[in-house]
Amino acid sequence: MANDDIDRANDFALKIGTVNGTGSASANAMLMQAIFRMGVPVSGKNLFPSNIQGLPTWYEIRVNKHGHLARTPDFDIMVAMNAETYQRDIEEVVSGGYVIYDSTRPLDPDILRDDVTFLGIPFADMCVENFKGARVRILMKNIAYVGALAAFLELDVDLIREMLAEKFAAKQKLIDSNMQAISLGYDYARENFECPLPVHMEPMDATSDSVILTGNTAAALGCVYAGATVGAWYPITPATSIMDAFKEFCGRFRKDPETGKNLYCIVQAEDELAAIGMVIGASWCGARAFTNTSGPGLSLMSEFLGLAYYAEVPAVVFDVQRTGPSTGMPTRTQQGDLFTVIYASHGDTKHIALFPADPEECFYFAVSAFDIAERFQTPVFVVSDLDIGMNDWMVPRLEWDEGYTPDRGKVLTAEDLEAVEEFHRYEDVDGDAIPYRTLPGVHPKGAYFTRGAGHDKYGGYTEDAEAYKEVVDRIARKIESAAAAVPEPEVRMAIDAPFGLVTIGACRGAALEALEQLEADGIEISYMRVRGFPFHPSVAQFINDHEITFVVEQNRDGQLLKLLTVETWAGKDKMTSVKYYGGLPLSAHHVVQGVTEALEKAGRLPAGKA
Amino acid sequence: MSYITKPEVRHPALEENALGLTRRDYEGAMSTLCAGCGHDSVTAAIVQAFFELEIPPHRAAKMSGIGCSSKTPAYFMNESHGFNGVHGRMPAIATGANAANRDLVYLGISGDGDSLSIGLGQLCHAIRRNVNMLYVLENNGVYGLTKGQFSASADVGSVSKRGEVNRHGPINPVPLALTLGATFVARSFSGDKKQLVPILKAGLTHKGFAMVDVISPCVTFNDHEGSTKSYAHTRTHNFEVVQTDFVPLMTEITAEQDRGDTTAVTMHDGSTVMFRRVAEDYDPTDREAALSYLRASQAKGEVATGLLYLEESGADMHACENTVDRPLVDVPFGDLCPGSAALEELQKEWR
Repeated sequence: MANDDIDRANDFALKIGTVNGTGSASANAMLMQAIFRMGVPVSGKNLFPSNIQGLPTWYEIRVNKHGHLARTPDFDIMVAMNAETYQRDIEEVVSGGYVIYDSTRPLDPDILRDDVTFLGIPFADMCVENFKGARVRILMKNIAYVGALAAFLELDVDLIREMLAEKFAAKQKLIDSNMQAISLGYDYARENFECPLPVHMEPMDATSDSVILTGNTAAALGCVYAGATVGAWYPITPATSIMDAFKEFCGRFRKDPETGKNLYCIVQAEDELAAIGMVIGASWCGARAFTNTSGPGLSLMSEFLGLAYYAEVPAVVFDVQRTGPSTGMPTRTQQGDLFTVIYASHGDTKHIALFPADPEECFYFAVSAFDIAERFQTPVFVVSDLDIGMNDWMVPRLEWDEGYTPDRGKVLTAEDLEAVEEFHRYEDVDGDAIPYRTLPGVHPKGAYFTRGAGHDKYGGYTEDAEAYKEVVDRIARKIESAAAAVPEPEVRMAIDAPFGLVTIGACRGAALEALEQLEADGIEISYMRVRGFPFHPSVAQFINDHEITFVVEQNRDGQLLKLLTVETWAGKDKMTSVKYYGGLPLSAHHVVQGVTEALEKAGRLPAGKA
Repeated sequence: MSYITKPEVRHPALEENALGLTRRDYEGAMSTLCAGCGHDSVTAAIVQAFFELEIPPHRAAKMSGIGCSSKTPAYFMNESHGFNGVHGRMPAIATGANAANRDLVYLGISGDGDSLSIGLGQLCHAIRRNVNMLYVLENNGVYGLTKGQFSASADVGSVSKRGEVNRHGPINPVPLALTLGATFVARSFSGDKKQLVPILKAGLTHKGFAMVDVISPCVTFNDHEGSTKSYAHTRTHNFEVVQTDFVPLMTEITAEQDRGDTTAVTMHDGSTVMFRRVAEDYDPTDREAALSYLRASQAKGEVATGLLYLEESGADMHACENTVDRPLVDVPFGDLCPGSAALEELQKEWR
């Protein structure tokens, strides 16, 4: 039995095992929303198979009053609704935890544990008794476990009723049937078990300034707010929902008031080769254009990205990383595209990239990406991952600065062109390594020939060594100078800490939680999260200022560490890799374990911690 | 090959169009292709077509991929933006450009290597989307820049300069385009400017994707006996099935319209394309009939030329996407950004 002495209110994790395609997603979303509306910090991680119907799927919810919302593998409660995965689901519960299962059929005695409490509720029987039709019964079984959890966790049932009323609006019948299912689970739990459990909910006020959204939704909204008009893409998990959301937002915000016609154009391309080509074409013409993709698509885009780099055409690419290589595990997360993004294409190429940590940054970085792409006339990547992109995150409410004006970069107008004697596309007129650009159709004097072939600063074809070098050297300077334009690193300095930790993207939550745990053990570590490439000069300084810097990332080869080695003057021997790359979101324990092991190896673990 | 720049002098008697421009104003840099290349004749026909249509050069965009033909946009219309992209992927760039600015005149120049191998998918999808552009496929059956390999349009039995015999069946862009639902399909010969210019003019005026397959012999690698894309072979086997005349808007259509063997098709902008059938049973407004005629003539070894199919009522990409009539690049930011109040409202749904 669980230890009743410890107050486990608002600090627990639960996992729900179901079969995909049975409608459990909406039940799980409802559960998370109810917790959120009770004012308690919460996160949800959807672990789904690359399949449409019939395979096991899980949803993990972490409730944490301190706001630690990274994934945790320690589940206090397992809602086991899929007989196929009973065994492993039961194994995953912490000692002293609870397993809620469908007792319509008895559990195999071989998989029972005596250190967890089994709470059997006859969900299937109850639903067969109360609802008609196989589909409805399956759906309602999911709602019924939400009802049972409401009793066990002391969730506010009135809140659930309110949410159902919002969701189904005028469809009273649906509200009634869903509420009936909630009551079935709720009443059974209350009548047969002691409720609430020691792990339960208590109302707080820690979410009133927050919203729940996915990174892909936020990125799409950023595109709308940045004024992007052309989106070209090819469907790929986990990037697809960016364009889905963009389309939905455009349907709402981008109709011409007079004609009802679209103030946007979305093209579902034949493949990623075409998608990036369309973005380049549209940007070349002066539109803000973007594509969304993941690793395999990025590989296909590689050739065109080199063209955009060399011909200096803006483009915005959202790379929502998934587990590679090759097809890999398309529904699992990773940070394995760092090299591909930074060095995409043949020859000397290097790209500007932004690394959001959560949906909030996805929104703001999406807007910045268009500004930077047009300012520097080059592709800019917003590199997120499946965890950020597709999971529900609680983030501070987004804000929009009405004073924002898009930075369209150095584009000459018809009046500008009228005034100049001659226009040369790739000349460094201002000495900032950024040339002036013209758009087709504006003025005869603005015409030039855009090409991926060798060209001189006048835009003319060349095979001359010096003329070629002059252009590529300027481009190198241009990209380097973008270090000042990308978001600065996020830093939390621990006073006199001998150690540092550098991380990236979605590792943020787990890293910060781990640092708190390590600090409690007397291990002080300063924190830095890089948010853009080229790296800010402070990154190398941070690494060199610490005896050991742990580089925390989610890929096998330590791509961030290698980039830091090659692309900054930080000492390679100063850095130690802490990696997790199994496809699940990073947890604090991965970081604690990695750091502890490394310290032990270096003989730097405080006494008593070895 | 020549690197000589063209002199800026202009003959005082040069004919001007309504914009006050001469043909010289539609020309570009000196061609660097081999002397006698069919592509240079196509370039000359393009210059003529734009001049006669009185299109301001800066309102046109020249798009191309990689290969000999794709180099030619540098050789005409200096005052147009040009984009020489990557191999086979000009259609994607053109599609994106068109999505952003629908008001420009888009001219795509490609070849059989560029269009029928890596570019085949993009060509098909540009047709499928009916992107409003003229797509000129300069077809010589051979890879010139890499020195004489067969392309996907080389006929079975065609002999290369090195004596190899091609065993693989050709991909023929004309029936392909017809099958895919292209709304404007033509074939011409670079050596027949009289036929080519009106076709190009009609293609530029057509609202939608206009594909013109131009047999354009490669003098260096594919102009020998045994080639089916040589000048001699094309001249002997060329059979013009329909004669095309393009009558611009505002020009009075003569009594010729009433002749029994002539069909007039009104273009989107009000100008007219006049067809005069040469082959008795050829109907350029009937897709099925055109296809079966072309299949039969191909079997006989004939190269059927002319504006082979025209349908002016098809919806182009923007019509399908219901995009605003003005170019998206002209929509002010204020009309695109929903603002802070909308953001606040929207976020109520995320609680």
